[in-house]
Amino acid sequence: MSEGTIKKFMFVNRTAPYGTVYALESLEVVLITAAFDQDVSLVFMDDGVFQLKKGQQTKGIENKNFSPTYRALDGYDVEKLYVEGEALAARGLTEEDRYDVEKLYVEGEALAARGLTEEDLLVDVTVMSRAELGKLMDEMDVVLTF
Amino acid sequence: MLHIVNKSPLQRTTLESCLRVAVPGGAILLIEDAVYAATRGNAAEAQLRDALSRFKVYALAPDLEARGMHERVMEGVATVDYGGFVDLVAEHKNCQSWL
Amino acid sequence: MLIAVTINEGPYQHQASDSAYLFCKAALEKGHEIRRVFFYNDGVNNASSLTEPPLDDRNIVARWSKLAADHKLDLVVCVAAALRRGIRDENLAAGFRISGLGQLVEAGIEADRLVTFGD
Repeated sequence: MSEGTIKKFMFVNRTAPYGTVYALESLEVVLITAAFDQDVSLVFMDDGVFQLKKGQQTKGIENKNFSPTYRALDGYDVEKLYVEGEALAARGLTEEDRYDVEKLYVEGEALAARGLTEEDLLVDVTVMSRAELGKLMDEMDVVLTF
Repeated sequence: MLHIVNKSPLQRTTLESCLRVAVPGGAILLIEDAVYAATRGNAAEAQLRDALSRFKVYALAPDLEARGMHERVMEGVATVDYGGFVDLVAEHKNCQSWL
Repeated sequence: MLIAVTINEGPYQHQASDSAYLFCKAALEKGHEIRRVFFYNDGVNNASSLTEPPLDDRNIVARWSKLAADHKLDLVVCVAAALRRGIRDENLAAGFRISGLGQLVEAGIEADRLVTFGD
């Protein structure tokens, strides 16, 4: 029935990993959505930016470290990871960059507020300003926040 | 775009995040504990009052009433029932629940 | 209009399921079609037939079952999330079915709007 329809799905990740299950179960929806050949974007803002922090070691809490999955997203054709980054906004992104670069977006200001920089993240992301993120959100068909 | 927020602004930063990112001209619907944001005299009142010039702001009446706050809705915020909630979803081309 | 709904929190602990139920009821009354209600995260607990609230409280699970029966709603519980939390066919309330996450994605593709209720 839905064959051939491609919608723009955006996953807005606002929670830190491990404290709650949302980050992990969000990732599971992302992978399935990509398997349906949909246009998938991931946004990391607020505490969600902690999901991408390098060096997660979960042995001590006896939980699975799922952070390597973010590195595997490429293989699922999920290449739009965005980070909101008002403070890091001087990167001169344009409309065109947005879809060429990986679609993982991070809120720059959220990073700065948590003492992180792009260097701390385990994947390449696009750091975006709040205004850019808002505009991107407006263009989506389906937005799911976790 | 319709932004749906359900957290009290006095305890969580969800509304703040929404107001920071949402494109002006959109609509914001406050439900569940977020209805406290729409009440006069709360410490975060200025935040929403400031947003009224950029967004259409709605609060879910049944949630206000359940919390005994329906008499304190600040001017400029429209109240809707669940039917109005449905209409807002239908009227906007997309929506996002800020969980 | 074709509307799909996602519920990410369990009953009683959080208002999400109540809000979603009242939203669905209002949407149906207005003549919209609810394409699917998808239960994810702790939302899968809304499907437990073992739920037994006190008599003076609303029965959230039974309420969903009845709405599903009255309006032929498709109530889908995510299998991975359900198994993690001990929800399986043996304790699945009437009107619910267990299926994959693909059902959520499909609902998002097919419906005109997807509305999420959660924490």
